[in-house]
Amino acid sequence: EETEPGREEEKERKKRRRRKRKKKESKTRTVRSNLLLPGPEAEKPQRSPLANNCLKTTKYTALSFLPKNLFEQFHRLANVYFVFIALLNFVPAVNAFQPELALAPVLFILAVTAIKDLWEDYSRYRSDNEINHMECLVYCRNEKKYMNRYWKEVEVGDFVQLRCNEIIPADILLLSSSDPDGLCHIETANLDGETNLKQRQIVRRFLELDSEFDPLKFTSLIECEKPNNDLSRFRGYIVHKNGKRDGLYKENLLLRGCTVRNTEEVTGIVIYAGHETKALLNNSGPRYKRSKLERQMNIDVLWCVLILIVMCLFSAIGHGLWVWQYGEKKPVFDVPGLDGNYLSPVLAAVYLFLTMIIVFQVLIPISLYVSIEIVKVCQVFFIHQDKELYDEETDSQLQCRALNITEDLGQMQYIFSDKTGTLTENKMVFRRCTVSGIEYSHDANARRLAMYQEADSEEEETAAKGGTLSQRNSVSSHQSIKVVHRSLSMKSHRRTGSRAEAKRASILSKHTAFSSPMEKDITPDPNLLEKVNECARSLEVMRSHEQSLSQLTPELSDIFDFFIALTICNTVVVTSPDQPRQKVRVRFELKSPVKTIEDFIRRFTPSRLTSGSNSSSSSSLTTSKSMPRLGSSILSSTSTESTLLKLEEKLAHSPQMNNNGYSSQQGRRAIGSRPEEGELRYEAESPDEAALVYAARAYNCALVGRLPDQVSVELPHLGRLTFELLHTLGFDSIRKRMSVVVRHPLTDEINVYTKGADSVIMDLLLPCSSDDPRGKHQKKIQSKTQNYLNLYAVDGLRTLLMHECLSESSIENREELLFQSALHIETNLHLLGATGIEDRLQDGVPETIANLRKAGLQIWVLTGDKQETAINIAYACKLLDHDEEIITLNAESLETSAALLDHCLLYIESKFSNNTINKTAGSMTVGFGPLSPPSSLVHSSLGLVIDGKTLAYALDKTLEDKFLSLARRCRSVLCCRSTPLQKSMVVKLVRDKLKAMTLAIGDGANDVSMIQVADVGVGISGPEGMQAVMASDFAVPRFRHLEKLLLVHGHWCYSRLANMVLYFFYKNAMFVALLFWYQFYCGFSGSSMIDQWYLIFFNLLFSSLPQLITGVLDKDISAEVLIGVPHLYKSGQKMEEYQPHMFWMNMIDALYQSLVCFFIPFFTYYDSEVDLFSWGTPITTIALFTIILHLAIETKTWTLLHWSSCIFSILLFFIVALVYNVSCPICYPPSNPYWTMEKLMGEPVFYLICIISPVVALLPRFLYRTLQGTAFPTQLQLGRQLNRLPPETRNQILNRLNIKKESIPQKPRCAEHSPQNPQSNASDCFKACNQTPPSQPSQHGNDPAFPSTTRAEHTTGLSVTASPPGALLSGGNKHSSMESMSVEETFPWNTTVDQSGFSLLNWITSTPLFSRFGRVLQLSPRRLQNEVQDNVSVLGSISSLHQDFKGLTGNSLKISSLFVNINSISPPYKYTSIL
Amino acid sequence: MKNKNSQGAQECPSRCPDNSAFKQQKLPAWKPKLTAPSVLSSFFTIGVFCLLMGICIILSARSVKEIQINYSDICLSCSKLRENSSNWDKECNCSVHFTLQENMLGDVFMYYRLQNFYQNHRRYALSRSDAQLLGQDVNIENSNCAPFTTYPNGTPMAPCGAIANSMFNDSIQLSYHLNSYTAIQVPWLKSGNSWWSDKNVKFRNPTSYNLSSAFAGTTRPPYWQKPAYLLDEEDERNNGYINDDFIIWMRVSAFPTFRNLYRRLHHTNQFADGLPAGNYTFHITYNFPVTRLKGKKQVVLSTITWSGGSNLFLGIAYTVSGAVTVLAGFIITAIHLKLRKKKTYFQR
Repeated sequence: EETEPGREEEKERKKRRRRKRKKKESKTRTVRSNLLLPGPEAEKPQRSPLANNCLKTTKYTALSFLPKNLFEQFHRLANVYFVFIALLNFVPAVNAFQPELALAPVLFILAVTAIKDLWEDYSRYRSDNEINHMECLVYCRNEKKYMNRYWKEVEVGDFVQLRCNEIIPADILLLSSSDPDGLCHIETANLDGETNLKQRQIVRRFLELDSEFDPLKFTSLIECEKPNNDLSRFRGYIVHKNGKRDGLYKENLLLRGCTVRNTEEVTGIVIYAGHETKALLNNSGPRYKRSKLERQMNIDVLWCVLILIVMCLFSAIGHGLWVWQYGEKKPVFDVPGLDGNYLSPVLAAVYLFLTMIIVFQVLIPISLYVSIEIVKVCQVFFIHQDKELYDEETDSQLQCRALNITEDLGQMQYIFSDKTGTLTENKMVFRRCTVSGIEYSHDANARRLAMYQEADSEEEETAAKGGTLSQRNSVSSHQSIKVVHRSLSMKSHRRTGSRAEAKRASILSKHTAFSSPMEKDITPDPNLLEKVNECARSLEVMRSHEQSLSQLTPELSDIFDFFIALTICNTVVVTSPDQPRQKVRVRFELKSPVKTIEDFIRRFTPSRLTSGSNSSSSSSLTTSKSMPRLGSSILSSTSTESTLLKLEEKLAHSPQMNNNGYSSQQGRRAIGSRPEEGELRYEAESPDEAALVYAARAYNCALVGRLPDQVSVELPHLGRLTFELLHTLGFDSIRKRMSVVVRHPLTDEINVYTKGADSVIMDLLLPCSSDDPRGKHQKKIQSKTQNYLNLYAVDGLRTLLMHECLSESSIENREELLFQSALHIETNLHLLGATGIEDRLQDGVPETIANLRKAGLQIWVLTGDKQETAINIAYACKLLDHDEEIITLNAESLETSAALLDHCLLYIESKFSNNTINKTAGSMTVGFGPLSPPSSLVHSSLGLVIDGKTLAYALDKTLEDKFLSLARRCRSVLCCRSTPLQKSMVVKLVRDKLKAMTLAIGDGANDVSMIQVADVGVGISGPEGMQAVMASDFAVPRFRHLEKLLLVHGHWCYSRLANMVLYFFYKNAMFVALLFWYQFYCGFSGSSMIDQWYLIFFNLLFSSLPQLITGVLDKDISAEVLIGVPHLYKSGQKMEEYQPHMFWMNMIDALYQSLVCFFIPFFTYYDSEVDLFSWGTPITTIALFTIILHLAIETKTWTLLHWSSCIFSILLFFIVALVYNVSCPICYPPSNPYWTMEKLMGEPVFYLICIISPVVALLPRFLYRTLQGTAFPTQLQLGRQLNRLPPETRNQILNRLNIKKESIPQKPRCAEHSPQNPQSNASDCFKACNQTPPSQPSQHGNDPAFPSTTRAEHTTGLSVTASPPGALLSGGNKHSSMESMSVEETFPWNTTVDQSGFSLLNWITSTPLFSRFGRVLQLSPRRLQNEVQDNVSVLGSISSLHQDFKGLTGNSLKISSLFVNINSISPPYKYTSIL
Repeated sequence: MKNKNSQGAQECPSRCPDNSAFKQQKLPAWKPKLTAPSVLSSFFTIGVFCLLMGICIILSARSVKEIQINYSDICLSCSKLRENSSNWDKECNCSVHFTLQENMLGDVFMYYRLQNFYQNHRRYALSRSDAQLLGQDVNIENSNCAPFTTYPNGTPMAPCGAIANSMFNDSIQLSYHLNSYTAIQVPWLKSGNSWWSDKNVKFRNPTSYNLSSAFAGTTRPPYWQKPAYLLDEEDERNNGYINDDFIIWMRVSAFPTFRNLYRRLHHTNQFADGLPAGNYTFHITYNFPVTRLKGKKQVVLSTITWSGGSNLFLGIAYTVSGAVTVLAGFIITAIHLKLRKKKTYFQR
């Protein structure tokens, strides 16, 4: 009995403990209104851990600054080392200098860094302060109204009221909005850079409140997740007093830093404040990367340490021996210790070792790190200031976000680029479309677009013509030329007009994205416009005459639905520039908007029961009864009389229809006043959506309003139609499609409109049987569309398919499925049409790529796009050349990938060696010998195309080496359909395995991981948001800026810094060696002839400025030459300016120079009465002269700053010396250099020494440089000579050089590779380099264009063949592809074998084999059949189309190259199939 | 529209960087070209200049007359005596005869030269108190003089430190033999040999009514035979710390083998022009032991010129480097001429 209560107590305790633990571990945060809390409860301890809204990004406080900053600085090993040495000086037995003095440089360095940190922290503090003192309206309990308060006073649980255009002070749960729908728009540009507006919604239950929101009545409790940095996620629930719960989503949360737009007033409760807001949690500080140069430098610093130790050891042993030789009889100059006893030789040596470390400390350059930091900051400044890296259109300039890797820019070897938004503008322009199998080419639109481009190029041309290089230098003159030209040329005039307009538009409405006139003003295709009008007219007639809608021809109904889909199948928000948001709309008397599938189903079911049951059943009947579905849901569903009648009834009676009738009238009026409508602005989440909506508007099918529950569309004759929006399935990259579920106002049926990538959608199509005419027709449409899609892809257009289906039928049949997944709605789609959207290349991309490639950079494009589009863009931007062979890797499994890689490697190797080439040629080319001589094949211009799936296998541990060795042989690599993770894995692979310098450039969130992995990450500050920029080291406005950034600034930064670092090592070594030589003449006692002041301040004061100036300003080659001769960039890649041996060369030079500077004064003063410092001062002077003159030899350009810095340094030394030597006769023990300098300057010998020593010391280097410049100049020196020529001759030479370089195939490239990875690929490269020359001369001799022309002849049209799914091969010469296509289609296998023979390639495609790889072919037969059947019939139209394309494509895609298509077949089959 | 355009073009948007030469890195600059034709002239100029200078210096250096006499070997008995430190108070004299073949005209300087005396040893060179030598009353215990600061009984040394303690204290006199019977003392100047700045600024005697009282309370360093205020009893202005011999000794020499100025010739009587040729004898009071440090002592008589002493090195250095430079110039010319045809890559 006694035990039981005890047990219970225990239990209770346990419970309590558990509860406590629970509280501690709880993963949620509870927020309640601050207004509720009566006094005592307010002081509950749980309040304290919640951060208040006070922003504090400063690192230090007044008190903590010194210790904290010092602590941080001592994390740098060098600082610890120097402090250790300075402290060593305080030990009497080993001290070398006056201890206080020895502290000076260390303190100086620490102080400089501390001041820098302090300044940074202060500016942070100031900005914090500014933000903290911004005001907002917070509800005050005492005053019972909203009062102005500072941001920093806002606390979690406060109620904040925000007005339009105010910045949100904290993460706020939206509770009330002036908007009748409870919406609030926010602009998140500050957060993610996306300029479109985002909708936020108030918590649902509060929407239903009738009265105005009163904070005092807010008694609910909010449970939400702990603060985290996920911007796109917020979960929680709100518990109301009555115990009901409501979920909270990210749509309910206003994030700190965003701006309220288009909404008059919103109120909310603060959930997260201050540092716990998502915005701040996302804000990680600048990144620290160590550059390659710095890594190399650190190795050399270690060498210096080793040298130092050796020198100290040598001195210590020398001293020991020296002491030992005197034995017991101590000489008078050997001073005993303090206690009067002499040191033993060993102990003396040990002490001396420490002393020598102090004396020689300069060898480890204390100021090196500081100097490098200063130089880099200046370099960053200059890069920032470059006018050519400024983009006028976006008013943005280059940003350097990482301060310490500028020199890495000059050493890049691989560029990994994203495609969309990086190479292209990510300005989506509607180009053409196909509706129900009929193509509308939009000629006028194409012409309009071409005009933009033409004007572009013309302007460039004239600028190039009008201004020579030198004139281009000054931007102002360049501009004036432009202006003059504008007035002359009509075209460019027009263009600039539009450009100015675009700019104005973008300035006017900064928050409206994707709205340049190029994208907005779409010229409609007359045919289509005609059809649209016709369709609308007939619809109107039909309605007014109460006719059946089924009288519309299937084509017209398809067109009608196509445009409806274009208009509403998106998430575009309509705004007008006037505040607040236009709210002209007619509201349905609807319940709350549909949010979830369940909801949707729930609401859907009754409607089906009441009105749709009949029609739906009949429609399903029609479909099942082989009654061909025409496409339009309206038609198919209303094809029976009964339904139609019902419908008409509804039209007449339902309030909705009344509304529609009203709105249609209104709409008509609106058409009359069209300019008004033109002011509508579309804000889309992605540019293609906007492009499509604008395209639809061009056909008078305008989106005029979007609410969460309805979409209003204005049609030419029908007026305004309002679709009830039942559900939206958003776009995501996995599904690659989006759908909207709407209730059609005309039919009152529920339709699903889907839009998505063709690859996905095609598989979701309603399977149609081929035995009835309807199905045949449908199939024909599908295959036709597929054909057009292929052609679009060839053109580099992005393709989207529009689809529509009647959901009722599907739901009827499989209601249960709907509950499981939203995906089931999107089945059995009916194809409406496809659109081709052009993503225009950015200005200057092809030129930039060509130049970068000439600079020895390998460019890989990693894109999420599909293969065809990617390949074509690659052609357009000259990433792939027409005379290039393309290896396409598409595999379905690890084994096939391995086999494929093996085979490709074998193939390439065989290409490189003549012997094997003959063998393979023998086996492959049956009877096609003479036309294609093997020698012409020897070139390394290979392109590799790999798709995402294969890439995943290739990145497998077992295959990555093979993949890499294949990829690095290729001139360009194109990875399609790659995920962000794959992108970063590829970069990582190259970075780690090839030890290469990698640069990743991208613009979107999907490039972030790649940008972070690469040695240098470059972000493009474009419309895709700031995520890439935030992750990047450098942010450029445009891709073309990469050229100057790398070729010019990269080269400059690298060469400047490399030279400076080398010079630093030389300087210190030379100076220290002087002291070392002296040890031989002072019994290794550690004494120095150079006064300690000079010794300590030599680096810091006397010799630092010139090298800094040179490090910042020296320009070895001018920007024009660097751009003109991109070859020069290779010097950076090969680390020519700073190679390991150069360190040692510099050390040897330092040794020699120090010997000269030591022994000339030594022998001059030998056996004279000279005293220690009268002899040491000239040496210091000589050393200074030598060091500065050495720098002078190495300096390539002398500006006023260089001159003045050198003169200043020398003057400073003399002034300091003179002043120091008269200032105090006893102050500076032990040197006491009183009057030394003054005395010396009165003696001629001093001057004689000062003249001869630098001359002798620098003669070898000067001679070497001269001979090098004369007899064996490096590329850089030639470039420098080029610099000096008059502009005209220089231009001539540049032109000649470029031609020359183009004609030289990639011969140096394999040589270049070998040093990078000698162990793994030495043999390969050896082979490659060895084997190439014999065959190369023949090519040299030929006209450079020869390979391409011959090949073009032989390879006419390898084209659409039966290939595995996803690997569409297309090619062919423009002129003849049509014929060859038809031939191939009829006899596909023969021709391909022939082709392979022709082109000496391994053309391994053979249908019989496919059957063994069932999985591979699962999907393909259907499409294959389609193609085979339809190609014949479509042929005529294709050829005409092709003519169109030729004229239209701005990018003029000539596809005359070879595709090596290696399918997923294992090797044994391959060979058998060929033989 | 046209106007607007041109205005728009000129008007720089907010973030556009300045178009200044500095910021665009387009400062006017001189770009030296390190190729043969452009540097040839500098090679020849430098070479010829060095050659000429070298010849001048050699010529002037050759005009210097110098005679060195090693007396540590000659006065072997004395040096043996000095090896034993217990004999420190025994006087030892030694004479060295020599013949001057030519007249030494002009200023003649007498140096003593020490070999293997490491005055530049770090701890030795530190061992002094500049404040004490400036006549200030300082606590030398805290100075660098240790262990040569005080005797065990506490009396401080004046001057303190190892340098002062080891001061060269041989006295050397030179007699000129007019003939085999009569010898006259060559007159020497004791003062004015040290730097003016040392004598007048760096070294001061402690102030007192006379010198001996100024040094009261202190004693001589252990190796000294007489206290500091007796260094030169004849000349008040050359006594104590401001004694020229002392000042010169305190100026630590740079090399282990060095010479220090001892006396200057006083141009009187027969010696108005310098030292005439003839027979001379050095009379040396041998006090300074060198055998312990494996050193040698020499006495040197020498004249000087503008380019220093008898050291020919500087002249040779100039001549050789001048010759090498000219030679290099020729080599460059040759290479340039040979390569001129090939070098058309960038020049038309």
